[in-house]
Amino acid sequence: MALEHWLKVWASLPVLLQGLSVNLALLGGLLSLGFVLGIVFAVLEVYGPRPLRFFASLYSWLFRSIPEILLLLLVWLGPSRFGKPITGFTAAVIALGLRSSAYQAQIFRGALQAVPAGQMLAARALGLSKLQAVRHVLLPQAFRLSLAGWGNEFAVVLKDTTLAYAVGVVEVMFHARSLGAREMPLTLPAYITVALLFLGLTYAGLSLLGVVEKKLRIPGLEARR
Amino acid sequence: MLLRVENLHKRYGKEEVLRGVSFSLEKGETKVIIGPSGTGKSTLLRCINRLTEPDRGRVFLEDVEITSPRVNINKIRAQIGFVFQDFNLFTHLTALDNVRLGLIRVKGLSKREATQRALQELARVGLADKAKAYPAELSGGQQQRVSIARALAMDPKLILFDEPTSALDPELIGEVLSVMVELAKSGMTMLVVTHEMGFARSVADEIIFMEKGVIVEQGPPEQLFKRPQHPRTAEFLRRITELYGGEG
Repeated sequence: MALEHWLKVWASLPVLLQGLSVNLALLGGLLSLGFVLGIVFAVLEVYGPRPLRFFASLYSWLFRSIPEILLLLLVWLGPSRFGKPITGFTAAVIALGLRSSAYQAQIFRGALQAVPAGQMLAARALGLSKLQAVRHVLLPQAFRLSLAGWGNEFAVVLKDTTLAYAVGVVEVMFHARSLGAREMPLTLPAYITVALLFLGLTYAGLSLLGVVEKKLRIPGLEARR
Repeated sequence: MLLRVENLHKRYGKEEVLRGVSFSLEKGETKVIIGPSGTGKSTLLRCINRLTEPDRGRVFLEDVEITSPRVNINKIRAQIGFVFQDFNLFTHLTALDNVRLGLIRVKGLSKREATQRALQELARVGLADKAKAYPAELSGGQQQRVSIARALAMDPKLILFDEPTSALDPELIGEVLSVMVELAKSGMTMLVVTHEMGFARSVADEIIFMEKGVIVEQGPPEQLFKRPQHPRTAEFLRRITELYGGEG
């Protein structure tokens, strides 16, 4: 790893960063999909009627059981088998998003169940419907309780976006590999650079979540640091 | 007649918690339910607004049968205030928002109207200056007063109190009781489960003594305290007086 190799890699930093922006777009897409579906399935699993409760837990089990790379390939190849091919990017957002929704559902489920039962009772006693109670009383409290677990999920899926290279998405790992393919000695410096980029991203993301957590803290209620 | 309870039954597994309870409440009346713990007093209150579904029996609010499966229970509950033993204020909302939530989401008031109404009710329980405070920043007595304001704001026909002072430190009980006394005087219809015999004696129009899922005896406080008809009532009152003191 001579200095000249490092310099060559760093000269390609704009390309790597461009690749990283694809990872971030993937991250945004899959986290949003996972968030929306995660909430829906968490609420169904805790408050839904029995058949839906069962369906929700089945869903979480299914998408936490299939290896990610396999899920990715299935979602990518499946539609084209039926003559409706989708792009690798779309496949990655869907596959990783579904997988993340299963994990996020469990994070939110745990948080919903940690809200004292009296909160639901008091909301219903006021005349709120079950859905209103969930929306205005239970979820706002559950979100706060789920932030730590959600930060974990964020850190995991951020790195998972690099799996998208397997379905042909031109993201940061793709560029790092092509640097190495062009000149063998660039491989290690390129990979290490990508690792450093992810280190920075994870730090930034978790710091942002820390700010959110502080902002949402309920005065008097949570333990002060 | 404002509230009529007919032959309520409730069973949890093997244990029959309510074994046929009937009574009624006129508009403006305050009735106090007393009795040993575990005799179904709280279950009775929760069966009235169906927070707990009774197994058998009927409940009427004015002419509407609450226990009918066709009734919109959310509409009914909005007309019946409920004050819990452990307050159950919404922990993520300020006192003001706790009182406003039902006004906005259930009664459909505008934010401005709801704010005005909520501040009015907070003032009524002496907490206008705590509108911006979160529940965890309030004492137990203040929290319970906010929860009374929350119930009052809905303009209920009746308020159910489930041991409203039992979770409070002794020095905080007074402020909650005095709010309740004022309420009773103002003509609010109230059904109160409590161990506060002083309150029962001075405010109740009638006292209901419950034990083991049935009403053993009911009557005006004078009669119950001075000339209980049933030996179980006498025994309970003797024990509770030893424990809490005569005037509570």
